[in-house]
Amino acid sequence: MTGLLEPHAIGQSLTRLDGPAKVTGTAPYAFEQPVGDPLHLFPVQATIARGRVTAIDSSAAEAMPGVAGVLTHTNAPRLASDEDRELWVLQSDQVAFRGQFVAAVLAETPEIARHAASLVRVEYAEEPHEAELRADSAKLYAPDELLAGEPTNTFEGDVDGALAAAAVTVDQTYTTPMEHNNPMEPHATIARWDEDGLTLYDSTQGAHTVRVTLAPVFGLDPRQVRVIAPYVGGGFGSKGMPHAHNVLAGLAARMAGGRPVKFALTRQQMYSIAGYRPPTIQRIQLGAGADGRLTALAQDVIELSSKIKEYAEPTGKGTRVMYAAPHRRITHRLDPLDVPVPTWMRAPGECPGMFALEVAMDELAVACGLDPIEVRVRNDAEVSPESGLPWSSRNLVACLREGARRFGWERRDPTPGVRRDNGWLIGTGVASSTYPVYRLPGSVAMIRLLGDGRYRVSIGAADIGTGTWTALTQVAADALGVPCERVDLRIGDTALPMASVEGGSSGITSWGSAIVAAAQAFRDQYGTEPADGAEVVAETPDNPDAARFAMQAFGAQFAEVRVHVDTGEIRVPRMLGVFAAGRIINPRTARSQFIGGMTMGLSMALHEQSVMDPRFGLVVNHDLAEYHIAANADVGDVDAIWIDEHDPYVNPMGSKGIGEIGIVGAAAAVANAAYHATGIRVRDLPITADRFLS
Amino acid sequence: MIPFEYLRAEDAASAVAAVASRPTAAFLGAGTNLVDHMKLGVASPELLVDVSRLPFDEVEPLPGGGVRIGAAVRNSDLAADPILRSRYPAVSRALLAGASAQLRNLATTGGNLLQRTRCVYFQDVTTPCNKREPGSGCSAIDGYTRYHAILGASSACVATHPSDLAVALTALDATVVVLGVHGERQIPLADFYRLPGDDPHRDTVLEHGELIIAVDLPDLPFAARSTYRKVRDRASYAFALVSVAAALDVADGSVRDARVAFGGVAHKPWRATRAEEVLRGAPISDESFLQAAEAELAGARPLAGNEFKVPMARNTLVAVLRELAQEEAR
Ligand SMILES: Cc1cc2nc3c(=O)[nH]c(=O)nc-3n(C[C@H](O)[C@H](O)[C@H](O)COP(=O)(O)OP(=O)(O)OC[C@H]3O[C@@H](n4cnc5c(N)ncnc54)[C@H](O)[C@@H]3O)c2cc1C
Ligand code: SF4
Repeated sequence: MTGLLEPHAIGQSLTRLDGPAKVTGTAPYAFEQPVGDPLHLFPVQATIARGRVTAIDSSAAEAMPGVAGVLTHTNAPRLASDEDRELWVLQSDQVAFRGQFVAAVLAETPEIARHAASLVRVEYAEEPHEAELRADSAKLYAPDELLAGEPTNTFEGDVDGALAAAAVTVDQTYTTPMEHNNPMEPHATIARWDEDGLTLYDSTQGAHTVRVTLAPVFGLDPRQVRVIAPYVGGGFGSKGMPHAHNVLAGLAARMAGGRPVKFALTRQQMYSIAGYRPPTIQRIQLGAGADGRLTALAQDVIELSSKIKEYAEPTGKGTRVMYAAPHRRITHRLDPLDVPVPTWMRAPGECPGMFALEVAMDELAVACGLDPIEVRVRNDAEVSPESGLPWSSRNLVACLREGARRFGWERRDPTPGVRRDNGWLIGTGVASSTYPVYRLPGSVAMIRLLGDGRYRVSIGAADIGTGTWTALTQVAADALGVPCERVDLRIGDTALPMASVEGGSSGITSWGSAIVAAAQAFRDQYGTEPADGAEVVAETPDNPDAARFAMQAFGAQFAEVRVHVDTGEIRVPRMLGVFAAGRIINPRTARSQFIGGMTMGLSMALHEQSVMDPRFGLVVNHDLAEYHIAANADVGDVDAIWIDEHDPYVNPMGSKGIGEIGIVGAAAAVANAAYHATGIRVRDLPITADRFLS
Repeated sequence: MIPFEYLRAEDAASAVAAVASRPTAAFLGAGTNLVDHMKLGVASPELLVDVSRLPFDEVEPLPGGGVRIGAAVRNSDLAADPILRSRYPAVSRALLAGASAQLRNLATTGGNLLQRTRCVYFQDVTTPCNKREPGSGCSAIDGYTRYHAILGASSACVATHPSDLAVALTALDATVVVLGVHGERQIPLADFYRLPGDDPHRDTVLEHGELIIAVDLPDLPFAARSTYRKVRDRASYAFALVSVAAALDVADGSVRDARVAFGGVAHKPWRATRAEEVLRGAPISDESFLQAAEAELAGARPLAGNEFKVPMARNTLVAVLRELAQEEAR
């Protein structure tokens, strides 16, 4: 057990330290970094889903004034490692998915590059492709492990026997569609080569991650790659790892004679280059007694992966920790397709998986004639169901109860389809939420006392709009025992010490723990009278408690839904999320993460769907006019609160990650409320008006 | 996007002359649709003649009781116009149901009417599309059809017209005033848009170089009780799945006259003349409204994937007529 930091700055609603620079437009995002005399890059993308490039005629492009060069697989510099096929850019004639880069134009202006790219003629030998996830695919296979090393399959007891003996069963299939992360700022990078190596101004969730991933691809030592990313306009996972555009920019910069190369993906290009959440097909089987207590719980997941790079969404991960049930089975199968490479998207695993589980739990409540909150309370797990470990803290029930009180749940009549107001059917729904406490190893913090009494705290961490600049400053202030004004935080650059990626809601735990360790080391080394220039470095320590406790944040999501009797239109006037996520470092930025996650969950519930046309292997609605994300009028009163939770085991701040939990369960709460409103159970996202029309 | 020339028109006649004499020239309104298409490679005009600043930027009364809407009137201004709001509220509501405030602040009346389909294949030059490239095939018919037609489509094209404004104007018998090299002509909006047939390349009957200078709305007193209802996948900022513009004239418990048009269901704003026939003289009741809707939709031929539009259009029309009849009763 760690002694928790005494909170002084922690817990304060500090406004964002980077706010003024952002609202005045002076915070440089990747593409805006001032570099002299840049060239601009525009790619040519494959128009087949599988096959070979047989010929490229770039003469018209090359003849255009202002064109500096055309890259193809025949002239691009050779890369050093093909271990990651997503990053094996312009190295062969093979086409593995539609939209893959097959050429690119370097030019004096973005307009010239774009026009010249449209003049490049590419011929293909097309081969048959498969781009549609199918439950009956002959190619389904079990991956060795899931995304972050989780087991593919887990079994306990005799699920089939328990189902056969159960008084009540639910056996349904749920689907979630392909969804694209769509951060506001498109993926952008500026690449420059000089004698020291490669410099990238990048829009990324991890400057060091980009460095260590790309160095071997270019055959460089990591120290020869510098990545600078102080401000990032969102990522939602899609900027967690470098993608092909980074490599293409690096290749182009190699051919640019020392000039920097600017490259921003268009919104349309993001749909094939920057990753997405793969679609899932999930069968859930629940067996319970008449009292709603689960005896059996099974989730069999079939999901999309790409042929060139395995991606195994850990869809059943949330189910493994949610509810107690003696007989359990959770399996995953992948269908590898000729499609762009999927990646992390906010709460990979929990987000699609908990949609299915939490709708199934609602169905169980209906089947048992029990209140959906009561069903969840009855199945609350005293210890982590699979590992058997006790919880460092688990307050799911407290979240459900507090939410019920605030949402007005006690007045709820469970009968579906009976509340009507001026042509709208009204219902309410609930779902549980959870997300793990991750601590990534390897981050290093450096603390140095400056001459003016301030402490410079340096760590190559990222702020993707979440509030890292502010929250880490607060952590450092309390770790050093000084006010925030005396902390001079530096992040977003590989010139700063190593930091793990901003992913898995792990940032504050991983980086904050390193900063606390460094502050401790600073005191140990210099006592109370440090001299100017005194300096220490320290690494994120291991947490011995991680082996003794299961660590998760929990939450409860509530939604009110209205469905129009005539048209089937759906509105969500009210959402409430109640979370138990340890100590909240900064209520202002935390609330923004919670309600942002919930809003994205609302968007998932009602709108988001990348429409894959399997004939082309193409996501056809590849822009923000046709790929719908909730707009202002869709978002009603979204409120998030949290309960006081003391957890001395997770980290010295007592905090749990909060960037992702807000999306988990939100779509299920909406689906459950839509059922309560109409009596129609929608098991396939998104929930659109046509589902309610007869 | 290809290099292009830009010319700001001084007057209507020279704008017409400039575009008519060059097959690769195009008029430019606010560019909220055309410039997108230029970036996507869907359109590649070599000369843009900007007509957004020609002096057609007013809404004026016409002798005989109608109003004339200048082609350069911005969508926001038109929606807020007091005459429109009181005498033709369906038009104002249709505009406000379209696009976003930012787009409406820019978009012009002429450009709005001539915006092109949002069919995703039309907008992606890497897929076949008869409208964009005649003879290449229609990718939508066996593809993503959610926003596609259920009425009046052909085997060559199943696209829908996306304008909300055009649906309301069609219902209320508007006429388009155009200027060509041979002078002015007036085209009733009902005849202005084409069905795809085997030539989906052309959206309207306009000839190359013909400039829209105005839209006339005739005097139609009961249009003061008209409305527009749009059903879409988001609460705002989404194109219609189905929309209805309607005006109802009722007396003594029955319908004296009606104007109805559907949006989101066809290659053009769909004037529901069959529904109007059923409504005329019919008693005010859900049954009459349902009969009217069914008479119009009897000819619907939905595609795999947009079957829901038939009940959606039916229910929406019934709901709109019910609402208008109730309004009248108050
Ligand atoms: C994200 C998004 C959402 C949208 N949602 C909606 C919606 O929900 N409902 C809706 O109705 N619309 C919607 N729109 C479309 C919008 O209404 C149109 O883009 C706009 O009305 C076009 O007007 P403009 O002046 O910009 O036309 P432009 O783009 O300038 O021109 C469009 C076409 O009209 C021609 N043209 C322009 N003026 C004239 C003239 N006077 N005479 C002859 N030809 C002319 C041009 O050559 C061009 O072919 C949306 C657009 C976007 C980008
Ligand atoms: S529906 Fe019309 S616009 Fe769409 S692909 Fe077919 S031909 Fe083209």
